[in-house]
Amino acid sequence: MSTITQDTTEAHDGHSHDDHGHDDHHHGAPKGIMRWILTTNHKDIGSLYLWFSFIMFLTGGAMAMVIRAELFQPGLQLVDPNFFNQMTTVHGLIMVFGAVMPAFTGLANWLIPMMIGAPDMALPRMNNWSFWILPFAFAILLSSLFMEGGGPNFGWTFYAPLSTTYSPDTTALFVFSVHIMGISSIMGAINVVVTIVNMRAPGMTWMKLPLFVWTWLITAFLLIAVMPVLAGAVTMVLTDKYFGTSFFDAAGGGDPVMFQHIFWFFGHPEVYIMILPSFGIISAIVPTFSRKKLFGYSSMVYATSSIAILSFLVWAHHMFTTGMPVFAELFFMYCTMLIAVPTGVKVFNWVATMWRGSITFETPMLFAVAFIILFTIGGFSGLMLAITPADFQYHDTYFVVAHFHYVLVTGAVYSIMAAAYYWLPKWTGHMYSETLGRWHFWCSTISVNVLFFPMHFLGLAGMPRRIPDYAIQFADVNQIVSIGGFAFGLSQLIFLAVVIKCIRGGEKAADKPWEGAEGLEWTIASPAPYHSFTTPPEVK
Amino acid sequence: MTTKHENYYVPAQSVWPITGAIGLFLIAFGAGSYVQQLATEDTSGGYILVAGIAVIIFMLFGWFKNVIDESMSGLYSAQMDRSFRQGMSWFIFSEIMFFGAFFGALFYARMVAIPWLGGSSNNAMTHEVLWPTFEAMWPLVKTPDGTTTEAMPWTGLPLYNTLILLASSVTLHFAHVSLEKSKRSALKVWLGLTILLGIGFLFLQVEEYVHAYQEMGLTLSSGIYGNTFFLLTGFHGMHVTLGTVFLIILFCRVLKGHFTPESHFAFQSGSWYWHFVDVVWLCLFIFVYVI
Repeated sequence: MSTITQDTTEAHDGHSHDDHGHDDHHHGAPKGIMRWILTTNHKDIGSLYLWFSFIMFLTGGAMAMVIRAELFQPGLQLVDPNFFNQMTTVHGLIMVFGAVMPAFTGLANWLIPMMIGAPDMALPRMNNWSFWILPFAFAILLSSLFMEGGGPNFGWTFYAPLSTTYSPDTTALFVFSVHIMGISSIMGAINVVVTIVNMRAPGMTWMKLPLFVWTWLITAFLLIAVMPVLAGAVTMVLTDKYFGTSFFDAAGGGDPVMFQHIFWFFGHPEVYIMILPSFGIISAIVPTFSRKKLFGYSSMVYATSSIAILSFLVWAHHMFTTGMPVFAELFFMYCTMLIAVPTGVKVFNWVATMWRGSITFETPMLFAVAFIILFTIGGFSGLMLAITPADFQYHDTYFVVAHFHYVLVTGAVYSIMAAAYYWLPKWTGHMYSETLGRWHFWCSTISVNVLFFPMHFLGLAGMPRRIPDYAIQFADVNQIVSIGGFAFGLSQLIFLAVVIKCIRGGEKAADKPWEGAEGLEWTIASPAPYHSFTTPPEVK
Repeated sequence: MTTKHENYYVPAQSVWPITGAIGLFLIAFGAGSYVQQLATEDTSGGYILVAGIAVIIFMLFGWFKNVIDESMSGLYSAQMDRSFRQGMSWFIFSEIMFFGAFFGALFYARMVAIPWLGGSSNNAMTHEVLWPTFEAMWPLVKTPDGTTTEAMPWTGLPLYNTLILLASSVTLHFAHVSLEKSKRSALKVWLGLTILLGIGFLFLQVEEYVHAYQEMGLTLSSGIYGNTFFLLTGFHGMHVTLGTVFLIILFCRVLKGHFTPESHFAFQSGSWYWHFVDVVWLCLFIFVYVI
């Protein structure tokens, strides 16, 4: 039993540890490839999710590079328009379902059991299933790019009739790959909810939960609620295209606008699925490096819940130009603006946390501060888009592209980067290279603004989205944007180098490498033992 | 320190999840290819689909056998039982949302799309320009492009089916009560009766479909009425099929002497699932057939 002592937290707090009924699992990780394929360990599965997400991030990023290369000059340069459309579509699908969502699920897997003092996720085998569906789902999606007729080319929002009447033959593969992605997400989310509700250590009451856990609980609820609606939407696309139904065809009594209602009923909560965990991450990092407690913990919890509830009432703000009745336009406009209130509470609390703190700017904090500033810019452009009459002007222009890249890249992706730097010492047992980390941060932050900020101007000047060619007067700005894009893409290779270097070696990380950090994950060894908290810690 | 956590059971490595992932891959890829090949001679996708289903069935047997063995050897604590129950409840919630998407389509078509095509609200010009002879009505037995069909009446088969499913929920409840009171023979009778009612429902459902296709001209492609009718009742029928298989497995386990009055998560979740399917049918009956 001596190995157990080293493996678990008891080594630190001296608790007894007899007959847990599963001694045979106490030795370390199994070896070889089968470890990863058959694993039921939340840390292994977390690592799989994170690596998968990073590979998808680079894949989707490569497609973005194709897009930016084509848009470097006006006229058709490198690819034909159909392929350009496939790139914009698959770039979006991969970044949403393959990069951002799995990254958050990976973080949830790694961190939630450690943060709440649980031995593992509640349903470890299902956890493995949720992960391993994903590589297959994306293999199907990506393989359709190489088939006759090409892959999906109707935008990641697959509006009917683009996805029904005018879509390529391979649309069925798109539909079924989305189906199994959805199954994966729902199972992952159920696992998270059950783990949080049921597996907290004694004394870990609701209002003591770390905010990352809170935000993920609410995210998981949103996932379970809306992923099935997406499944319904793709099913109707499938039957409309192949089985003669007319859900989205007015000739049969349906309505193409109905597609948008169903899609965005999923799609808007989906947007918050991709940002709420970020709020949790930032709420962990900002207090650590400000060496202060988080300002307004309970208001953060209530703000997150309000955002989640409101997210079900705002979907049609994506559809202001479809000719909805004025009452609906007003309703969705006001509800959307209401979201600025809880979001404002959050930003205020982060700033108030930093106020008069003794702040240091290690890489995680750099990313967190950049998140607060740049995400807020994305939030403000979102407010502009929420104003119905203004949206008539902005709709389907590069202004929208700028908006959602500010919230998704400098929002979601930045928070994921911040989280990676923050918890890498706990995961690997080594400190990452602070110098390289800063290089990564500054290269990314300068280039990402060169990339996305001018898009606002392009949009306001009237450049439409998803078109491979543009009027000559947009040429200069597009060139600047493309250069920013290539630089941002290259900067991410620095991150890859940092992570590999950190896994292979480096300065030994203390159990709690950040002096201001709080939370159960810092009470166990670095690197975190294969099984943490087989006996629950007492939370006071 | 509480003791309940100390019985936590982290399962060892398992081959079943990856088997399930491969099965889902084959199903998705096979079904996708099969649908694409509908217009061609090629049927290779169908074989992949069937192979995928076979892998999933194999996986379910293996995985459930594992879980049942673990459960029977007392490895599960009260906490794990709660995890399973909560997991099942959330799964049912996700199913409700799935049906919600189709009910949403039904309501939108009835309340918004069809009246607008008929010129209501401020859509007089839509009506005039697109299909000036179109008449808004529900059930939509004549679509804007002129496809005609018949509406399924709620009397007759649908009404019998409603009574059958309602009765099956009651018999399943009696089965559950018998289990909790350790009345094993009553349990077998009530559970068996529930399964028969489920099969009876499915039989009548098939009858109804045959009737619709052959005599009424109501098909999947008869416009939005046929679309919502067949997808809602079809997905519901698939759920009844799954629920019946679930109940049959429970019946076999009951015969083998499984389940105790205190511990019967599988029975509980099967019963929840059945009641859920029943409630979905009630909504269907009201909104698809009656109103």
